[in-house]
Amino acid sequence: MNGGSGLAGRLTGFVRALREQGVRVGTGESVDAGLAAEALGLADRERLRAGLAATLLHQEAQRPVFDQVFDLYFPRTVGAPVPEGDAQVPLVREELRDRLAAALAGNDAAAMAQLAAQAVDSLGGYGDASGSDGWSAYQTLERLRPQTLLARVLAGLREGQELREGQEQGAAFTDRLAADEIRRRIEGFRGLVATEARRRVAERRGADAIARRAVAPTADRVDFLFAHRGQLAELHRTVRPLARKLATRLAARRRRAARGRIDLRRTVRGSLSTGGVPMRPVLRRRRPGRPELVLLCDVSGSVAGFAQFTMLLVQALHDQFSKVRVFAFVNSVDEVTDLIEQGRADPEGLSSRILAQAEVTRFHSSSDYGTALGEFAERHAAALSPRSCVFVLGDARTNRTPPNAEALRAVRDRAQRVYWLNPERRSAWDTGDSAASVYAEVVDMYECRTAAQLGALIGRLATV
Amino acid sequence: MRTSEDVADGAAAAGHFASVDEVEARLAEAGYLASPAVATTVYLADRLGKPLLIEGPAGVGKTELAKAVAEVAGARLVRLQCYEGVDEARALYEWNHAKQLLRITAGRDESWDETRTDIFSEEFLLARPLLTAIRGRDPKVLLIDEVDKADVEVEGLLLEVLSDFQVTVPELGTVRAERRPFVVLTSNAARELSEALRRRCLFLHIGFPEEELEQRIVRLKAPGLDAALTASVVRVVGALRAMDLRKAPSVAETVDWARTLLALGADTLDESVVRRSLGVVLKHQEDVAKAAAKLDLDAV
Repeated sequence: MNGGSGLAGRLTGFVRALREQGVRVGTGESVDAGLAAEALGLADRERLRAGLAATLLHQEAQRPVFDQVFDLYFPRTVGAPVPEGDAQVPLVREELRDRLAAALAGNDAAAMAQLAAQAVDSLGGYGDASGSDGWSAYQTLERLRPQTLLARVLAGLREGQELREGQEQGAAFTDRLAADEIRRRIEGFRGLVATEARRRVAERRGADAIARRAVAPTADRVDFLFAHRGQLAELHRTVRPLARKLATRLAARRRRAARGRIDLRRTVRGSLSTGGVPMRPVLRRRRPGRPELVLLCDVSGSVAGFAQFTMLLVQALHDQFSKVRVFAFVNSVDEVTDLIEQGRADPEGLSSRILAQAEVTRFHSSSDYGTALGEFAERHAAALSPRSCVFVLGDARTNRTPPNAEALRAVRDRAQRVYWLNPERRSAWDTGDSAASVYAEVVDMYECRTAAQLGALIGRLATV
Repeated sequence: MRTSEDVADGAAAAGHFASVDEVEARLAEAGYLASPAVATTVYLADRLGKPLLIEGPAGVGKTELAKAVAEVAGARLVRLQCYEGVDEARALYEWNHAKQLLRITAGRDESWDETRTDIFSEEFLLARPLLTAIRGRDPKVLLIDEVDKADVEVEGLLLEVLSDFQVTVPELGTVRAERRPFVVLTSNAARELSEALRRRCLFLHIGFPEEELEQRIVRLKAPGLDAALTASVVRVVGALRAMDLRKAPSVAETVDWARTLLALGADTLDESVVRRSLGVVLKHQEDVAKAAAKLDLDAV
């Protein structure tokens, strides 16, 4: 670490690592962070964390990254865990599991942190030559297998319940929450282990290097196509506000128009404060536009991750707009608006239900944009009007079938605007069977790989 | 760039609290149980003399926090409620035209110079929240509520007021804060606030509280509910929050529910009680249906 000594050096290194993770921190904020650290002191780590977060962050979405980097630069302790009282380190696996079960049952945060440290220390080490050795969270969790403790912890809790027999039925109701609660605690423990392993490795290799490589990106920077389940859940939370933003964006009309008809009543009312002289004419408010939205989604396997996301977006948009019609296709188009309406209670199963119940494939199951677009232009043209805004969601990979740009042109001519969101990076467009540029000539095509890109895109979209 | 003297100055102007523990203790006396993060950030905002931008879901006590700070600091709460179309005349100041006209008609034989200096004096100025908060020596807490509802132009106005704590009225000159108010801005993230505004503020996200803190809150707001029932209520609400509903229940809903149970005279939480009172916690029919399915309410 260079640049200053002690706390100042730590802070600047910390700020630099945050910047590398895409958090925008200015010099003014660093100075504030220094003042905060001075005011709070280093005695209480959680207070320091809160203080630095208050001065350096501007958005809650950056918090997970912040926490990971903070744990690297302001570690909980240094070195291997200190043996406490009776326990001797290294503990054996079974003993760790016993203690972990007890901590999970009692929701004992301090004990869990302690156990995470001991587990990494005794189970997570690999390699012996200096330089190639380290600590692995994956290996620790593979050996410890905390997820298998669920049944045991639950059984333990139930036994405890029976001992306190006096309680009547009431307690039984909250018991059904217990499984989920324990599962969440186990998830929390996994996080602790990952943090601990990163801390130990960082001691060996330096915090700067680990911050660069091992910190998970924020959810809005994760690629749709490669998102795994946990990230999809996270995405779900980011997408909903985006849909709301898109809704306001599309519905926005300039409220205080520079031209328009005079609103006589409000002008006269306003003139009272100037002695009856109408100094400021008030114009009649325009009615907010009510856009009609048409979504045309590729739900084929090649864009599975994206299709999941598409469904999230569609669902969220459906909550925001009164007039949304959704069409899905693989190589045949079918309207799925009703399915989405029914599917509100169970969004996860939606895409599989669409594949099962709607007629989106014919003869074979690989996507064919040309046929699908042609069918859409032919059969569902009534869904389009000069006030409708069409979003096509798909990767434009036609499986070497004719792209049929003519059909897309027909759609464009009937609708007000057509946007195409492509989940592939721009450099991959036109490679292989992609017909991206053929379609991009007809309509506006945007790269939309991450939630962050979608957000930026929505900000740029012209108001309808 | 701010120097340490600037900060000392700000601290002298605000300086309501001496330590984080004191913040926590005094807010608790005022009936606001603050999490460690909240207490720390309030302390820093006070110490560094910076505005505090609070975000978070509805009903977690963003506005309450400003009120509690005002109460414990013995300061007057000046509130600017933002809405679409709020403008300078509503936020900063306005001349009282009607009164000015009366003054002109009353003094018919005066010369124009006399009248002019008179009608543009303090007497004819209608101070709106931002100006009110800056004028005078008594301590104030300025609450700018739901700043995300205001138009972008108002943000520009706020930038000026919040960075220099001064307002220029062309006819009167510049009004500078003799004592900086403690400023709290709240936002529900209906619109992305500009980076410039965010940079001027300390940022605090108030999320749903930890289980233990929430139990204490419920005990404070709905005393009389027995401890076991309080714990169950908080646990069920925690489970509901994990369910990914359209509108996750907030602290306000938890407290409402606790009070409802008190009114119903329930002494334990069982299926029939939960089914009857779930509407207090969840505000959408689909959420109720989903929660009922997940909690097995119908499997009796």
